[in-house]
Amino acid sequence: MKKGAKVNGKAALPKDTVMQLRLYVAGQTPRSLAALANLKRICTEHLDGEYALEVIDLAKNPQLAQGDQILAIPTLVRNLPVPIRKIIGDLSNVDRVLVGLDLRGPEQMTVKSSPRNDRRLGAKA
Amino acid sequence: MNGDLHNLALQKAPTGIHGLDEISNGGFPRGRTTIICGGPGCGKTMLAMEFLIRGAQEFGEPGVLIAFEETPQEMEHNVASLGFDLRNLANQKKLYLDYVYVEPSEIQETGDYDLEGLFIRLQHAVDSVGAKRICLDTLEALFSSFSNEAVLRAELRRLFRWLKDRGLTTVITAEKGENMLTRNGLEEYVSDCVILLDHRVRDQISTRRLRIVKYRGTSHGADEYPFLIDSKGISVLPVTSLELRHKVSNERVSTGIADLDEMLGGKGFFRGSSILISGTAGSGKTTMAASFVNAACQRGEPCLFVGFEESVAQVGRNMESVGLNLKQWEDQGLLFHEAWRPSQYGIELHLLRIHKLIERVKPQHVVIDPITNLITGSQQKEVYSMLVRLMDHLKGQNITSLFTNLNVNNDQLEQTDIGISSLTDTWILCRDLELNGERNRCVYILKSRGMPHSNQIREFVMSSDGIQLIPPYIGSGLVLTGSSRVAQEAKEKAEELLRFRSIEQKREALERKRSALDAQIKMLNMEFAAEEMELESSINQEMLSEKQLEQERDAMNRLRLGESRSTDRTTSANAVGDSI
Repeated sequence: MKKGAKVNGKAALPKDTVMQLRLYVAGQTPRSLAALANLKRICTEHLDGEYALEVIDLAKNPQLAQGDQILAIPTLVRNLPVPIRKIIGDLSNVDRVLVGLDLRGPEQMTVKSSPRNDRRLGAKA
Repeated sequence: MNGDLHNLALQKAPTGIHGLDEISNGGFPRGRTTIICGGPGCGKTMLAMEFLIRGAQEFGEPGVLIAFEETPQEMEHNVASLGFDLRNLANQKKLYLDYVYVEPSEIQETGDYDLEGLFIRLQHAVDSVGAKRICLDTLEALFSSFSNEAVLRAELRRLFRWLKDRGLTTVITAEKGENMLTRNGLEEYVSDCVILLDHRVRDQISTRRLRIVKYRGTSHGADEYPFLIDSKGISVLPVTSLELRHKVSNERVSTGIADLDEMLGGKGFFRGSSILISGTAGSGKTTMAASFVNAACQRGEPCLFVGFEESVAQVGRNMESVGLNLKQWEDQGLLFHEAWRPSQYGIELHLLRIHKLIERVKPQHVVIDPITNLITGSQQKEVYSMLVRLMDHLKGQNITSLFTNLNVNNDQLEQTDIGISSLTDTWILCRDLELNGERNRCVYILKSRGMPHSNQIREFVMSSDGIQLIPPYIGSGLVLTGSSRVAQEAKEKAEELLRFRSIEQKREALERKRSALDAQIKMLNMEFAAEEMELESSINQEMLSEKQLEQERDAMNRLRLGESRSTDRTTSANAVGDSI
């Protein structure tokens, strides 16, 4: 667990809230290791250490998968601040991770729209 | 060799669902995956749940339920209505419930991932209860949760392999697709057993149907089978799995009407046979059925009376008027009388309800009054098939079945609208004969298999003593009923009297003649006697005078000869004779 003193001015977060993150992995798979490494880098770069991270290995504690409704591995869960966010994958796409964590609006993404979002909108219409 | 083959044959996990094990020849494939697909609200989840619950309750196979759409609480409520206690099973470690829920809007995909989390949860669930069965309801929810279809499909393939490797008997549910069995083509991965459910509404009455589309490595019923979901769970009704192999009974049961028994070879119906009483409105069908039931109850044999037209109370009251107290049998628990509208359910539910009543009541005789009304709720073909199945079911259990049928069209009296008349063993036709401004009820036996039966049309009356058949009027080459029969009988009586009188008269004339003749004979006799007497007296007189003459002659001779000798006397006598 790491804590930083500085708060990133860009983030639309209440200043007194420390971001609580949980990373779910299953054993020491390359994908899990990559996700952890990517997450640490992002946190250091964008959160200035202002966060709490818990890594949960479901291979050791399978019963913990139920609580946060984990299906995909790896999954990063932001419990605080609300609303809860889930980011799945190895976190290699930094822009998406930042959007997922509400650290950046979608308009700032390098890739403006994803095929998935288009389809979902289309399906609703 | 045979033993090896037997071991090689597909093992099955019984579902415990009434009828489904029959048509699937034993249940779902053990250690493999069965897919249940169908449109919304057709009972997919219920079927899957019941498989799981019955497995845990009845077959000692713990199960895991992975619910993707409903929370365990919702599931509990859903199956509580079928009489299953999910929480209790979970507490006993016979069932493990896991609710898998993914809210797509919460999720951001950022690179490579797999669904190892799901596998971990499955493994955990299976390990916690030692599961043999697993149900995934419905796996397709994953398709709306994750956008990377390539990953998803790869993971699904891995999932089915994973399930098979662990020997889990799996049931997955899936929504029916447009041109394929399932919306997301799940059947591509699972091809051991596919069951299609269907929910049709016709004339505002719904019928659920089940079909085994595919069942690899085993024979199975291929038809569409109607099924029902009621307070006891799911029941599937095999339509054509019945064979004609009933045992038959030689025992006879009374019709409840002594004269009708007489018409049926003196003994009544065969036990376990099927009887049809058809007739026009008000021709006494229900009363005849009630008489049969009454007689059976008197013998202490339980009966089931299913009414589609009149309420229980109404039948009770009406039968009271013909001296049949059905209420007492109900009170004694011998008669189970149920009535409901044919339009209340689809045809299959009727059948099932009757089946369930039979199961509960265990009757020896069943009356359905009338079958005609069922048509209002369904199609003729379906009613026919339902009745055939019901009849077979009853015959299989040696239960006598009596159906009444209302003939609407007078021209077609000798057939039923549903066309089951050929299936029944005994067919009694009640009809009204209209003549000279009155209607009279008549009954005749159109057929009665395996027994001699009367060919007469008999008139019957319903009085406070029940149904009585009137001795038939036979004569003058006519069959008459009602007042014309009475009139004809009076006429005949008069004619008979007349005939009797003329005979009497003739007899008297003869007598008179005879006495006249006698008198004449008497008179002649008397005349003869008188004449005879006269003649005899004259003969006597003449004989006397002759004798006198002789004596005088003798005397004269004696005088002439003086003392005559005896020898001379003879000669002289001869001489006298000559002289005469």
